[in-house]
Amino acid sequence: MSDIAHEGLQPKQYWLIALVLAIITAAEVAILEIQAFEPVKVPLLIGLSTVKFAAVVGLFMHLKFGATVQKAVFMIGLAGAVILFSVVLLVMGAF
Amino acid sequence: MSTTTTEEAQTTGDGHDEGVHDIVHIRKTAMWVFLGSEAMFFAAMISSFLLYRTTTNGGPGSELFEIPFTSASSFVLLMSSLTMVLAHHSFGRQDMRQTRIWLVATALLGATFLAGQIFEFTVFFEEGLKPGTSPFGSAFYMLTGFHGIHVFVGVLLLTAMVILSSTGRLKPDSGLNVELVGLYWHFVDIVWIVIFTVVYLLQV
Repeated sequence: MSDIAHEGLQPKQYWLIALVLAIITAAEVAILEIQAFEPVKVPLLIGLSTVKFAAVVGLFMHLKFGATVQKAVFMIGLAGAVILFSVVLLVMGAF
Repeated sequence: MSTTTTEEAQTTGDGHDEGVHDIVHIRKTAMWVFLGSEAMFFAAMISSFLLYRTTTNGGPGSELFEIPFTSASSFVLLMSSLTMVLAHHSFGRQDMRQTRIWLVATALLGATFLAGQIFEFTVFFEEGLKPGTSPFGSAFYMLTGFHGIHVFVGVLLLTAMVILSSTGRLKPDSGLNVELVGLYWHFVDIVWIVIFTVVYLLQV
């Protein structure tokens, strides 16, 4: 219990993070609509979703404040996911 | 291992604290291992979708996607992560009333997301996009459907937490259970962040 009370942020900070996440989601939709972003659409959208992903994992899931072993096992899973993703696409000639 | 640890820990006060801490640590680590394996599971399905994204067999494909609608659904799920973390925080302060309010809010937001997904699937079915129509249809419904099942399981877990809390069976020392449900819920959210970008935004 003491872990829960001490780790993490304050409610105000959680609301602020949620606001940033909402703004990023709105920006993603705007990028699709604005023609000027067309050439950089893919990297921009991937970048923005990576920021959202990292914010939820690090701050809402408290991985930032978690034990090293917990960070390690999840990162191994994520690395496995990225490798699997890349290998499948590479083997099937999607690149 | 955990049983031995508990038995040994009960012999002294300090040992007990240490044993409980060990079990908390093991259960949390086990949850992170589970989530890591789930990440690979979803990566496999997202890869399948990308491979089959153009194989519509002449039927409907990604042109059916309504980005404004799906964006609203994404927003709802993102906000459910906020309410979940606030529930966890309230539990940490032993404010059971606030905990219940935020847990109910999270479950309702999850149910809203599911209702949106059911509506979306209904529209796609009417437009002729079915799981058997094309490889695109199969991969799309497999991926988003499995994610929907995960959300449904999360809503059930949250409902169970609310019921336990209302009947006084969610004790102050069950903080880990709230935390584990929270981890699962946030994971469902991060998977959707990826699906929303890869399946919806990058395909239109």
